[in-house]
This record gives sequence, structure tokens and C-alpha cells, in this order.
Amino acid sequence: MKLILRKFALLLGLLGLIISSNSYSVVTGEMIMVRSAEAFPETMSLLQEAIRHQGYQLSRVQRVDVGLSAKGYATDKYRVVFFGKGNEIQQISAKYPQLIPYLPLKIAIFAEDDNTILISANPSTYNDLFNIPELKPTFDKWFIDITKIMKSVQIQN
Amino acid sequence: MKTFKITFKLYLQLTLLIYSVLVSFFQSSFAEPKGEDLYLENCAICHGTDGQGGMGIPISLDDFLKSASEDYIKKTIRLGRPNRIMPSFYWMPESDINKIVSYLGSWRKSPAPIWDSKPVKGDQLAGELVYKNKCASCHSENGRGGKGSGLHFSRSNGMIITPPALNNQGLLNSAPDAMLHYIISNGRKDTPMPSASTLGLSKTDINDLVSYIRSFHLKSIIHKPLYSEEPASLIQESPYSFDETVENVKRAITGSNFVHIRDQALTSGFDIETKDSPRQTIIYFCNFSFLYDALKIDPRVGMFLPCRITVTEQQDKVLMMSINPKHLSQLFNNDALDESCDQMYEVYSGILEDASL
Ligand code: HEC
Ligand code: HEC
Repeated sequence: MKLILRKFALLLGLLGLIISSNSYSVVTGEMIMVRSAEAFPETMSLLQEAIRHQGYQLSRVQRVDVGLSAKGYATDKYRVVFFGKGNEIQQISAKYPQLIPYLPLKIAIFAEDDNTILISANPSTYNDLFNIPELKPTFDKWFIDITKIMKSVQIQN
Repeated sequence: MKTFKITFKLYLQLTLLIYSVLVSFFQSSFAEPKGEDLYLENCAICHGTDGQGGMGIPISLDDFLKSASEDYIKKTIRLGRPNRIMPSFYWMPESDINKIVSYLGSWRKSPAPIWDSKPVKGDQLAGELVYKNKCASCHSENGRGGKGSGLHFSRSNGMIITPPALNNQGLLNSAPDAMLHYIISNGRKDTPMPSASTLGLSKTDINDLVSYIRSFHLKSIIHKPLYSEEPASLIQESPYSFDETVENVKRAITGSNFVHIRDQALTSGFDIETKDSPRQTIIYFCNFSFLYDALKIDPRVGMFLPCRITVTEQQDKVLMMSINPKHLSQLFNNDALDESCDQMYEVYSGILEDASL
């Protein structure tokens, strides 16, 4: 009896410890969003560097603001950066064409006064959206990598 | 039996002691996040590094802080503003929310107000009339709020700060009548929100307005499911050959008043080892005035730009596909975008249909 009680008390203590040390949840938002305290040009080069550093290739930068300005719409800098790994995109799109509209990966980057905002879809939500178990590791890796890329240009205080 | 009880108590106390020592050790060694860090991590993206505003409205202005009790800020963080961009931080530990509230407190020049929960007595119908005359020009009819997000930077909407939705359950469950009364009476300096004296409102008008705004308060918050049954992508088979389909799509794009921008392969711009993948052509297109209006409502929509339709050949079938804009509108927690997304849905499905006729 005494032994049981001792074990029980110990278990209680351990359980509390586990619960309390895990109490910081991670944001599981639909989007990954970050603010950089740097101006647009600096943030843009930091972003491109971070994408390469994470092992991805940049395929294109869509200059949304340039198109808008040319048509007479006043806007500050707004670009969309496309990136990915060529072979991975080729293989995934051949096997799962329903994913094509979501490829390559991209990050929208735009100026907000003297700060810069970065936005990306959260690829780990594709797990629910497409329900392809084989791609779960890929979607989760994209999520981690994009988060790392975005964090590396986030406000440093 | 008595000794049993004593030893049990002793064990329990001892374990709890060890436990609390361990917890405080862990908490200090894992460097608990400070209020400022939590703010920068979760709020600065929209409200700005110093609360000056961005995609969210300013929250460091003196006149805002004078109206905002700690309880109001706490509830606002917990509930967010459903369908008005501000997300609910339902997952955040109470202690973290408290730290953010204290951090916002460091911006205060005077002590935080504490609002009475007593309802204000007014005439809802009379309030509705005053609202239509004095408030709807900014806050829209039925308190739906202005279109746009927080502060407007380079894409002007005619107003510096988007007037918040007053029929929002996030606001109504956080702000007691006394707070609404205070805001309407005093307005907010350094924002477009005018005071009652500027608008020529009587004391009765203010009470009536509070009753009118309170009438939007539902007994419980209705949560829209995050994902409706909408599929992620729109996919349509084409009866034509690959090349014919590409041409058809381009013709349908021009026919829908969109500008064809360029075509490219999905893997264009990437180094790839083998070239033998299925044929895939992405057709990019745009309608600049539509794009501009959407960006003014929510700058985040650019993430899905420019518009594109992909033509691909899969096992002798030619498929046309695009994202499903109806699915996207749900990602942004912004019902001001619903209309644009519905319009986009019509455009995409129209093009897919035209191209396969
Ligand atoms: C000229 C435009 C304008 C008019 C007219 C106006 N408002 Fe506002 N109102 C705003 C703006 C902008 C804000 C946000 C201010 C800020 O950044 O703190 C605001 C904020 C508020 C808030 C606080 C909402 C929140 O989420 O905290 C309330 C309540 C409010 N207004 C009620 C009214 C009422 C009632 C009237 C009519 C008597 C009115 N307003 C008239 C522009 C206006
Ligand atoms: C994705 C953008 C976004 C994020 C992230 C966000 N907010 Fe907001 N917030 C908004 C918007 C937009 C509004 C105004 C809603 C409206 O227009 O109806 C708002 C409103 C508010 C208000 C009410 C202001 C008033 O005048 O009464 C407070 C307080 C607030 N947010 C605090 C926070 C805090 C604290 C955080 C972080 C825990 C946060 N917000 C995160 C976008 C955001």
C-alpha cells in the first residue's frame, strides 16, 4: 500500500512537471507572417539569401508594384518571390497534379512605411487540404523551412 | 491506518516541493518569454513594432489606451475580431496574455480605466437613426466597419485608419457599455474618430447609440467552420489537345477582360535533372484594377498573385486547373474579401468553362 502511494505521488509530480514545461504552444495559423524592421531593399536581399541558405532555388520575382504603377495605380513596393527545389517540384507535380496550382512555393513581400511585411501560406495546412500521407513529411519540412527563412529576416530587437 | 495517512501526506508534500523547485528551475533556465517578446512575436506583424498600427489599427495612441481597460485588451486578444483580420489567440496561455497586457500598459501615460459592467439605458431605434446620420459614413451600414486593413499606406482608401466593425462579436464581448459610451463621447484624438461634441450629439443620442450597437450582441459567438466543403483547386478536363487548350485559355482570359501576362513551364527558372516530365504550362494573367482593389482591402491577397491557370497533360488527359478562390477567402479571416473571392471564383470557373467549350 505504502509503495503504491509513493508511486502515485511521484507520478503526480512528474505529470505536473511535464505539463508545465510544455505550456508554450506554437502558432498553427493558416499563414506565416513576419514583420522586418528593415526597409524593403535590405529585407528583399536578406530574404533571397535566406531562401538560398535553406537549400532552395529562386525561380522568379514577380514585381507586382511595377505592373500596377505602369497602369497608373500608386503603390509602394510589392513583390512575390517564387522558390523551390526543381526536382522535387517536378516529381510532386507529375504524381499529384492537384498540387500544381500551389507550386512553386512563394513569399509575398511588401513595404509598409519603413518596415517590410512578409507573408506565406502555411504548407502544413496542405496536409488537411490534400490528404496525401506520402507528402506529409514534405509539407511539414516546407513549413519548417519557410518559418526559418521568415524568422531570419524578422525584427531583431 | 493513521501512519499511512501521515506518510502519504509527507510523500505528497515532498514531491510537490521537489516539483515546484524543478518547475521554477526549468522556467528560469528556459528564459520565459517577456511581454515585449510575446508582443513582437504575435502582434507586431499587424499593429507595428511600437503599436503605431499597420494591417491592424493603432493601439499605442493615448486616446485608445485611455479607453481600454486591461480586461478589454485581454478579452480582445482571446477572442480576436472574427472575420475582421484580427485572429483569436484562443491557444495562448493565460499567463502570456497577461504579460502582453502589462506590456501594452508600459505605453500608458495614465492608469488603465476600469469599466462598470452596468448596461447603458437608451433607445435602440432612435440610436439606429443617429447612427445612419452620423456614423455609417465611416463604420458602414449595420456597423459592418470600413473596408480595408488598419492603416493605409501607399494604396489609399481615402481614410488613414479603417473604421473598425462595431457589430463584431469580438468587440461586443470585450467592450462593456460604459466603454462604448466613453469612446463615443470623447472620440479618439489623432484618429478620424470624432467626439460627440464635434458631431453635435446630445447625451440622449450617445445612450441611444450604445443601445443600438449593443443590439448586435449575440448570446453566443458563432464559429464559421474554417474549411467549408470547397476543394482546394478547380480542375477541369479539356476535350482539346494540349496546345489548343493553351490557346483556348488565353482567348478566354482576354474575353474576361483580363490581361495575359506570360506563359511558362512549372519548373522554369529551376535546375532540373531530367526533362521528361508531363507537359505543364502556366498561363499568368491579371486585371490591374481588380488587383488594386483587392490589395486595398487586404494586402495579404498578393500572396496568390498573379492569377494563373495551369494546363497539364496527365495520362493522355489534358487538364486545366487553378486555385479555388472560395477556399482562399477563408484563410484571411476577412469577410470584406468574400466578394472579391467570389468574383475571382466566377472568373476562374468561367475561363475554365469557356476554354473547354
Ligand atoms: C470620420 C469617420 C468616423 C466617424 C464619423 C465615426 N467614427 Fe468611430 N471610429 C473611426 C475610426 C477610424 C476608428 C478607429 C480609431 C482608432 O484607431 O483607435 C473609430 C473607432 C470607433 C470605436 C472603437 C471601436 C473599437 O474597435 O475599439 C467606436 C465604438 C466607434 N468608433 C463608434 C462610433 C460611433 C457610434 C460613431 C457615430 C456617432 C462614429 N464612431 C463615428 C472613424 C469614425
Ligand atoms: C493579422 C493581423 C492582426 C494581428 C496578428 C493582431 N491584430 Fe489586433 N487588430 C487587427 C485589426 C485589423 C483590428 C481592427 C478590427 C476591425 O477593423 O474591426 C485589431 C484590433 C485590435 C484591438 C482593438 C483596438 C481598439 O481600438 O479597440 C486590440 C486591443 C488589438 N487588436 C490587440 C492585439 C494584440 C495584443 C495582438 C497580439 C496578441 C493582436 N492584436 C494581433 C489585426 C491584428
